[in-house]
Amino acid sequence: MAATDSRPRPGLRFIWLTIITALLTAAIAAGALWSNATWAPKLALDLEGGTSIILEPQVKDQQVTKEQLQQAVAIIRQRVDSTGVSEAEINTQGDRNIIVNLPGNPDEQTRELVRSSAQLAFRRVAAVGAPGVEGQDGASSPASTGPSLSKEDQKKLDELTKQDGQTPNAGGSVTPRAQAAAASTGQASPSASASAPQEGQQGTGDDAKRPVFDPEKDQSWATAEILKQYQSLDCTNPKNRTGGAAGPADKPIVACSSDGDAKYVAGPVEISGDHVSDASFGYQTSSTGNQTNEPAVNMEFDPTGTEQFKQITTEITNKQQPYNQFAIVLDGLVLSAPVSQAQINDGHAQITGNFTEQSAQTLASQLKNGALPISFQVQSEEQISPTLGSDYLQKGLLAGAIGLGLVVLYSLLQYRVLGLVTVSSLVVAGVLTYLLLLFVSWRYGYRLSLAGVAGIIVGIGMTADSFIVYFERVRDELREGRRLLSAVEVGWDRAKKTIYASKAVNMLAAVILYVLAVGSVRGFAFTLGLTVIVDVLVVVLFTHPMLQALARTRFFGEGHPMSGMDPRQLGVSQAAYRGALNLDLDAARASSKSGGSYREAKKRQAAADRRSGESAGSTTALKDRGATAAPAEPAERTAAPDERAGAQQPGQKERGKPKKRDRAGGASGAGLSLAERKAQRQAGADDDGLLADDEGKDS
Amino acid sequence: MKRFFAWGNDLHSGARSIPYVGKAKLWLSIALLLAILSALVPVLGGGFNLGIAFRGGSEFQLANVPAASMTADAATTVNKAVPDADPTVVPTSDSSLKIDTRQLTDDQMQQVRESLISTFKVQNSDVTSTFIGPQWGHDVTNKMIRALVIFVAIAMVVMALYFRTWKMSVAAIVGLVFVMLLTMGIYAITGFEVTPEAIIGFLTVLSFSLYDTVVVFDKIRENTTNFKDNRTATFAELVNLGINQTTVRSINTTVIAALPIGAILFIGVFLLGAGTLTDISLSLFVGTIVAAASTLFVASPLYAVLRSREKAVREQEARVLEYRREHGLPDRAPEHAKA
Repeated sequence: MAATDSRPRPGLRFIWLTIITALLTAAIAAGALWSNATWAPKLALDLEGGTSIILEPQVKDQQVTKEQLQQAVAIIRQRVDSTGVSEAEINTQGDRNIIVNLPGNPDEQTRELVRSSAQLAFRRVAAVGAPGVEGQDGASSPASTGPSLSKEDQKKLDELTKQDGQTPNAGGSVTPRAQAAAASTGQASPSASASAPQEGQQGTGDDAKRPVFDPEKDQSWATAEILKQYQSLDCTNPKNRTGGAAGPADKPIVACSSDGDAKYVAGPVEISGDHVSDASFGYQTSSTGNQTNEPAVNMEFDPTGTEQFKQITTEITNKQQPYNQFAIVLDGLVLSAPVSQAQINDGHAQITGNFTEQSAQTLASQLKNGALPISFQVQSEEQISPTLGSDYLQKGLLAGAIGLGLVVLYSLLQYRVLGLVTVSSLVVAGVLTYLLLLFVSWRYGYRLSLAGVAGIIVGIGMTADSFIVYFERVRDELREGRRLLSAVEVGWDRAKKTIYASKAVNMLAAVILYVLAVGSVRGFAFTLGLTVIVDVLVVVLFTHPMLQALARTRFFGEGHPMSGMDPRQLGVSQAAYRGALNLDLDAARASSKSGGSYREAKKRQAAADRRSGESAGSTTALKDRGATAAPAEPAERTAAPDERAGAQQPGQKERGKPKKRDRAGGASGAGLSLAERKAQRQAGADDDGLLADDEGKDS
Repeated sequence: MKRFFAWGNDLHSGARSIPYVGKAKLWLSIALLLAILSALVPVLGGGFNLGIAFRGGSEFQLANVPAASMTADAATTVNKAVPDADPTVVPTSDSSLKIDTRQLTDDQMQQVRESLISTFKVQNSDVTSTFIGPQWGHDVTNKMIRALVIFVAIAMVVMALYFRTWKMSVAAIVGLVFVMLLTMGIYAITGFEVTPEAIIGFLTVLSFSLYDTVVVFDKIRENTTNFKDNRTATFAELVNLGINQTTVRSINTTVIAALPIGAILFIGVFLLGAGTLTDISLSLFVGTIVAAASTLFVASPLYAVLRSREKAVREQEARVLEYRREHGLPDRAPEHAKA
């Protein structure tokens, strides 16, 4: 039990509640003014309508790392952003999946962008230039660039490359960094498969002759539009190097190099990235077949790709810069534009250049998976109609309102005026929940889904339950003969343990669901957890102090029949009273850990005996009828509020247990000031009438 | 209402008592029978009606259709668009339809979508389409089962720690398993579709069930803390009193928890048709009531039974019976028995 002089201070708890509410409101108001907070929670797709795509990595027994997922998310976001779809949400879900939520009704192309992992393409280079904005015709400023691609021992080509590298930019633009390196490292290097050159030729399923486009002869690519795009493109600005849409496959495109060192006009797609069957990081092999320390990227094509690649390399090798280069374009960015140094027949190629180990690894992985570090498969795709969503929300809210109304009705029926405490507590809980939803919606991008709405509606019931547990405990204490003021304290002391324990179980469920589950289950678990927190806050900071305050009013304190805390309605009959007395003595003895508290109990008893004489008159009627409403306070759990009231008079200091049953009636006035007791005496007379009615009906 | 009050008072004082523990064998046998039946129904009746989230497939939902009775039109439309789509059409309210098909490709989905729009003369925005890959259901199911196992394990440890006796923990979990089986059985019997939303409801029911059990057990624990010193009532009687004293709370809580859920169910069935809300609320509605009953009739009596073989409990019982004989008291718990 609390120290006997600590009087309950409901005001303090109310202040805390006010502070919390005010802070939350202020934060959201500030957010709404200066940031992007809103006064209505953002809605998830199932309520707002839109498309939701869930992607799952396609890997065999391979661990997907968090970094890979994050990388994939970033790339998909770029793609979606490049289409101008706003407010797309792309997130990892669980430890494997990626969920892409697109609001509204996005077109097929946008959805395709999200779904496809291979946005990689090989295009011919029509023009290369310095990355900055140019005043002159871009096409006239070609510059050689890129790491070189090499095949079997071809030492002459090696020299040729060197020449190319040393006579760079006719247009006088900045020489891309890669160039010098390409020159110095662009040696002939037999790839691992050099020994089996003509392999992999069989599957030439593609009818179209490659290359489909020859920028040298066919100048039709140099339209005014392309040239203008090319000139105005500023690749030194990182904003223009985020990539995104891969661009039309059958038309030339203007693109930056991914490192911002050059810009390109590239022709239509010659080979789609799908045809790259494998790519790996390795080390360059020297002309003598020894491995060097220079990182390189090995690339392999599937049969179709092999044939196409053979045709292209045949065509472009030995051409003049930049027509001997092909650009590896990924999501609209040129990853690399190697010079073809030889005709490659077997689909095995090695790209060399000034790679670091890391950049070579990145390129290899990009070649293999397209843009994404791992390839993905669509697990589920949902196009949700906005009509249906808003319909759901409306009906959901209607259901919530009806449910709430029924809860209010039932609590009023069960708890009379006390039910109003339930109702107002629910209102406070509702306000807090709403504010918290706004807050997480603003700060953490939370979106309310239908499952979330259901979580809240279910939360109503569970929240109301803590009030029920509390009220029932208080009633229990009343039944055992306590006065309301102390019943509230003792009841709270016990109820709060139960409430905390049960809410902990609930919270546990919510957390486990949130962490382990996927999709809509998470939205549900989130709001469920939120209502648990709010519930505990409200019951501690609102319901309990409210009851403390109400217990001091005459209406409740004297147990008005409509108060819901009427001792007579709760059957504090003679029998109950007698039982309570016996047991409380037992309890006092049993639970007194030291002899001290038992002695204390005896002392209080003596005090009560003395005092009982004073107020005996007021309860004579009750006593005679054998239906006393006398509270018997067990010594060990004497409630604090009584203490303060009677502090001045030693005789009233603490109500103990009257020794004899027939004296007990006197205790009803214990702990009250004289004035209060006078008031009660009058009320007691009134109550007798009511009591008689009740008795008549009950018996 | 006065009668309810009086009844509650009597339960509290012990003047009236529901023999939760006294007839423990009866309640537990009934529970066992129901549990076995619930477990058998899915096995004999061909399992659950799994939603496409678990089977994989495509689904279309149409709002604002002229009449929900146009199911045949919908099936014809889908079949015309994609011949082997194998559509199942269900009206979900008086103006909406749900069509499940096998897994369609993206192009096929688009075709079906367009055909439906032209047949029913609805807007593009009135159509919801879902594609669920075959792997998704496995993933979802595995995650759910993992979540469930971890939840039960942690809950068991937490309860054992809180109540400081593993027997309460075991009794609570048995009650939980009973709720799980029964809810699953009801789904199997009624043939309601098992969707991820139904699973959400199901998991919530489990947390509610434990929550409810914790509240009742807390009272039981309070009553039995010093049971060894009690000469007037046996341990079993004290447990029974605890359950009786929380019966009114259990009823009030169940009613209040079930009211909003019932409202969703009502709205869902009569205004919305099958959908997230209905799926969640059905499992919740059934589960809440079963959970409350399970606490009262399964978990709590089971706890008393589990403890009844303990030496301390048996000795105390003997002492109480001895005391009653000596004082010529009837062989039942006195009113206002308390530890």
